[in-house]
Amino acid sequence: MVISKEAVLAWIRAFAAAVEQHKEYLTELDAALGDADHGANMHRGLQAVLDRLNGVADRDIGTILRTVGMTLVSSVGGASGPLYGTFFLRAGTAAGTKMELTADDWLQMLEAGIRGIVDRGKARRGEKTMLDALGPGLDTLKASLQEGQPLNEALRRSAEAAREGMEATIPMLATKGRASYLGERSVGHQDPGATSAYLLLQTAAETWTAGA
Amino acid sequence: MKKLINHPERVVREALEGLAAAHGDLVRVHFDPDYVYRADAPVQGKVAVISGGGSGHEPMHTGFVGQGMLDAACPGQVFTSPTPDQMVEAAKQVHGGAGVLFIVKNYSGDVMNFEMAAELLEAEGIRTASVIIDDDVAVENSLYTQGRRGVGLTVLAEKIVGAAAEEGYDLEQLKALLERVNANGRSMGMALTSCTVPHVGKPTFELAEDEMEIGIGIHGEPGRQRMKLKPADEVITMLFESVVKDLPFQAGDRCLLFVNGMGGTPEIELYIAYRKAKALADEYGLQVVRSLVGSYITSLEMQGVSLTLLRLDDEMIRLWDRPVKTPGLRWGV
Repeated sequence: MVISKEAVLAWIRAFAAAVEQHKEYLTELDAALGDADHGANMHRGLQAVLDRLNGVADRDIGTILRTVGMTLVSSVGGASGPLYGTFFLRAGTAAGTKMELTADDWLQMLEAGIRGIVDRGKARRGEKTMLDALGPGLDTLKASLQEGQPLNEALRRSAEAAREGMEATIPMLATKGRASYLGERSVGHQDPGATSAYLLLQTAAETWTAGA
Repeated sequence: MKKLINHPERVVREALEGLAAAHGDLVRVHFDPDYVYRADAPVQGKVAVISGGGSGHEPMHTGFVGQGMLDAACPGQVFTSPTPDQMVEAAKQVHGGAGVLFIVKNYSGDVMNFEMAAELLEAEGIRTASVIIDDDVAVENSLYTQGRRGVGLTVLAEKIVGAAAEEGYDLEQLKALLERVNANGRSMGMALTSCTVPHVGKPTFELAEDEMEIGIGIHGEPGRQRMKLKPADEVITMLFESVVKDLPFQAGDRCLLFVNGMGGTPEIELYIAYRKAKALADEYGLQVVRSLVGSYITSLEMQGVSLTLLRLDDEMIRLWDRPVKTPGLRWGV
């Protein structure tokens, strides 16, 4: 099984749709921990992405994802803009001029994208951020592929690990970003960044395993 | 929610259109990407001083663009950091060949977006320097958190550094001055009511009729403590003591005392606050040689107040007194 360029485009569209669907929920989560704008900002950025996606739809996967990244950087604002923007820029660079992806390509792209988030945000896992969903998602993808699981099964497990990682942010103490100002009061709330990051991996799994 | 707006999504744009219409002699407004810049920019040979941040804190930063203060300001959406393309385009518009100084408040979004902008500008051969303002004593600093927030001191820093840039300080001198201002200033705020972000439509936090939040941030982030409302003098004493003990300010220090309104506090209450803060400064033996009272760094319609103390030296006093001609701050011209 390979991931076609069309599937990559479908993933971005599915991510935009999921964020639109959960816009209010993301904002509610952010109201408890930050400044109540995560849903609106991500939605605005992804709508801008959809506007530009058709213009690059016949290009290679690297170009498509870098366009997504630059668009998010210039339209989301907040911390999510540079973080998601850097994720897609690095993942796009890792994809290069490919027109379809193998399981190993996707693993390397995800790894590069997450490294970009670490560089930009200077965060580590366990600090109640999007890394807490993406990190387990990456680990599980890698482990599943190594033990010989087919890609669609590895993607499902990866999304499931991201969901567990997202839920595991509830009891965490925030030490990065605006939520860190709350100190102990950040405990007991699910992190909005981890939630949108789960949607990112969940839509990838759902889109790419559909019919598989 | 009651607000004097047309549409939540057009708040920032329409406010910028109003700023341009009202102060066309001082500033110009560029849209897409959005930035406000000095009408006489670029000033050749001068370091361009640029700041920015989420909207909703007006007059900071857009109202501080003009002679003797900022060369450009990049407004984000309400309470949301601006994006790197805004800072890059603003910098190209106003830089006069002597580099660009970014004044950045310590919020993760602002820091990351300015950092990306600086990388992009360096790649194009424009020199930049950045200083992060983090004066809010309500937030405990630690290696493991984002650190202290940038609040009231930002206003004073933009005035002092803007005056120095106008005098011809170079990029390194300005950076050192800005770091010195940041090292000598401390702030803390409180709120009586929440604020409502227009596109969210409901209050950012809930505060009962008889409660207040001590140590509030300028986006309605919770502070140190929620408690029963107390008389103004007791509230100001709590803020003042937290601020003065943090640096610590010491007897004999020459200071600027800044009492700031959060947007929904009438000036009459700000002067009640100033009266008490000045009395406390006298008790501590501080020499308040300069003052500022008014709503300069706000949180939309939040009711509340913040106190900022800045320890001054001769150079800072001279620069504070220099002429400034912006929509939000104007003297000596």
